[in-house]
Amino acid sequence: MAGLKADNLTCIKRDRVLFSKLSFLLAPGTLLHLRGPNGAGKTSLLRILTGLSSAQSGTIYIDDEPFHDARERFYQQLIYIGHKAGVNGALTALENLKFWCAQHNSVFEVDRSFAILAKLGLVGLEDVPVRMLSAGQQRRVALARLWLKQATYWILDEPFTALDVGGINILEQHMKIHVSNGGAIMTTSHQPLTDAAGPFTELYLEYNI
Amino acid sequence: MWKWLHPYAKPERAYHLCHRLQPYLWWPGVLALLTGCIWGLAFAPQDYQQGDSFRIIYIHVPSAILSMSTYVAMAGAALVGIVWQWRTAFMAMIAMAPVGAVVTFIALFTGAAWGKPMWGTWWVWDARLTSELILMFLYLGVIALYGAFEDKQQAGKAAGVMALVGVVNIPVIHYSVEWWNTLHQGATISKFDKPSIAPEMLWPLLIALLGLALFIAAVSVMRMKNEIIRREYHRPWVKALAASSVGD
Amino acid sequence: MSALYKGIFKRDIALAFRQRSELAQPLMFLLMVITLFPLGIGPGPVILQKIGPGVIWIAAILSSLLAMDRMFRDDFWDGSLEQYMLSGQPLWAVTAVKVAVHWLVSFIPLAVFSPLLALFLNLTMEMYVALMLSLLLGTPLLSLVGAIAVGLTVGLQRGGVLLALLLIPVFIPLLIFATSAVDSAALQLPYRAQLAIIGAMLLVAMATAPLAIAYALRVSQN
Repeated sequence: MAGLKADNLTCIKRDRVLFSKLSFLLAPGTLLHLRGPNGAGKTSLLRILTGLSSAQSGTIYIDDEPFHDARERFYQQLIYIGHKAGVNGALTALENLKFWCAQHNSVFEVDRSFAILAKLGLVGLEDVPVRMLSAGQQRRVALARLWLKQATYWILDEPFTALDVGGINILEQHMKIHVSNGGAIMTTSHQPLTDAAGPFTELYLEYNI
Repeated sequence: MWKWLHPYAKPERAYHLCHRLQPYLWWPGVLALLTGCIWGLAFAPQDYQQGDSFRIIYIHVPSAILSMSTYVAMAGAALVGIVWQWRTAFMAMIAMAPVGAVVTFIALFTGAAWGKPMWGTWWVWDARLTSELILMFLYLGVIALYGAFEDKQQAGKAAGVMALVGVVNIPVIHYSVEWWNTLHQGATISKFDKPSIAPEMLWPLLIALLGLALFIAAVSVMRMKNEIIRREYHRPWVKALAASSVGD
Repeated sequence: MSALYKGIFKRDIALAFRQRSELAQPLMFLLMVITLFPLGIGPGPVILQKIGPGVIWIAAILSSLLAMDRMFRDDFWDGSLEQYMLSGQPLWAVTAVKVAVHWLVSFIPLAVFSPLLALFLNLTMEMYVALMLSLLLGTPLLSLVGAIAVGLTVGLQRGGVLLALLLIPVFIPLLIFATSAVDSAALQLPYRAQLAIIGAMLLVAMATAPLAIAYALRVSQN
């Protein structure tokens, strides 16, 4: 089966079982909306799926290949945007994107980047150190990666945080296009997704004591 | 080769192993330590130069030797933990750390106390004392790093890395300090110029050394049991254990 | 390779130039600590020359400890570290490049300032040459070994003092060999042996430290 498959994942943090024996499939062409109360382990699950941290037990398969073997290939096809945006405050928006593209071996074109930043409402702010921007604008800089790198898997942790209604709409539309082009998205958010995001399935994590 | 050890990576098995080992370490350790010390402090012959003050070697030498060995054992546990990802190995490491630090302190304290009659001052920058002091700093660093983390699993790994960095450094520190000491004349009184020692002095020393080694192992094993219980208190096997011991 | 050069090396150089004041502060600290010694001990040229090498090296270790957590702190807290880990580049290579940049941007200013230090502490020309050679071999060792401890403490809210506690004992052999090299130079004696030992320690650190740093960062990240 193509896609990202989680098989019997168990995660224990500070002696609390966040989730156990969790299995699901994130197939290309689907949008999986991960929901649950605070502390249910949504961020932990996403970090396990990216390989940033490891599960207590269970395995992850990428296109039926164990995660460990497929790691390199998977990372070429992955964009992860976490709680922490991953943009450096002292660098400008454009520099942040340029260096990020270089690290990820993806092509960086200045004109396209200007166009993407403009689309995200950052006209005239491309050359300002990111520290000077508002929280929502910083989040937009981080999200610009979703336009810059060609990748099948998007794993997004609370991508709508600090975004205004317009920003949410742009992102949801972009997610819809990505899914219809065969991309796979797993995202968390506290507010429900709107129709603009297209069809999606929901995965609910309970809070376990 | 490591197969047979593998079951002890599970905390429950490790606990039971510690529990079974403890009496075999504890009683011989106490016995040998007492024998060695009483023999050495009361019955062994006087040193012809230093008189009775040399008798502190029956405490100083074993603790100095074992302070280093304990650090190496600790680093060994850390290595096992990092390479094979055993949680219990990190528990063993952190069980040993404060014990080793205390033994190092004893070695330092007795060394300084010995210095008073020998050199007329409590502290001399002697090579051995200096490396012992640095060893103490290394122990304190590992303990402080472990204490700084909330998540004890993370703490174990972090302290383990530091213990390994330290153990790579110990020989370098040892030789550099010794070399430094010979460079700076004036404080070059080495305590063990003549390694030859009369057998009636040597025997109690060896017995005290063995006793202290067993004693350190016993205390470490006890601390490890505590550590396992503290970390696993919510597991069913601990609850069953607690219930059975209440029943006794 | 080009990902490391364009994505990490150039980025860190750009950042260093943008944060010039952060680079200058440890250097100013070094200069001021060294100024304290003649004031505290007395300006006699003989005694200054005697303590000079040790003073410079101790001050260099302390100032490098102050600046060290720059290496990963920002990357850890703003999430850039996560992005490195998911970039497909081996983390040890990324850390090696970052340590190299950190060393370059901290050593070059120190090298520029060093004649002033030699002048302050009345070092002879031979001593100055030996000092520079020992700094050239010793400071990358400081950065490499220091980076392991930075990796371990970067996730802690107040890791600053702890970092110093962890590292000072580890740096003692370096201090001993480096000052002894300069002392030997003062007596017109050969000091190649000391430099060779520092060089050997540096090679061991170069081979092993990047892996340890990567492991440490993963532990902190978890």
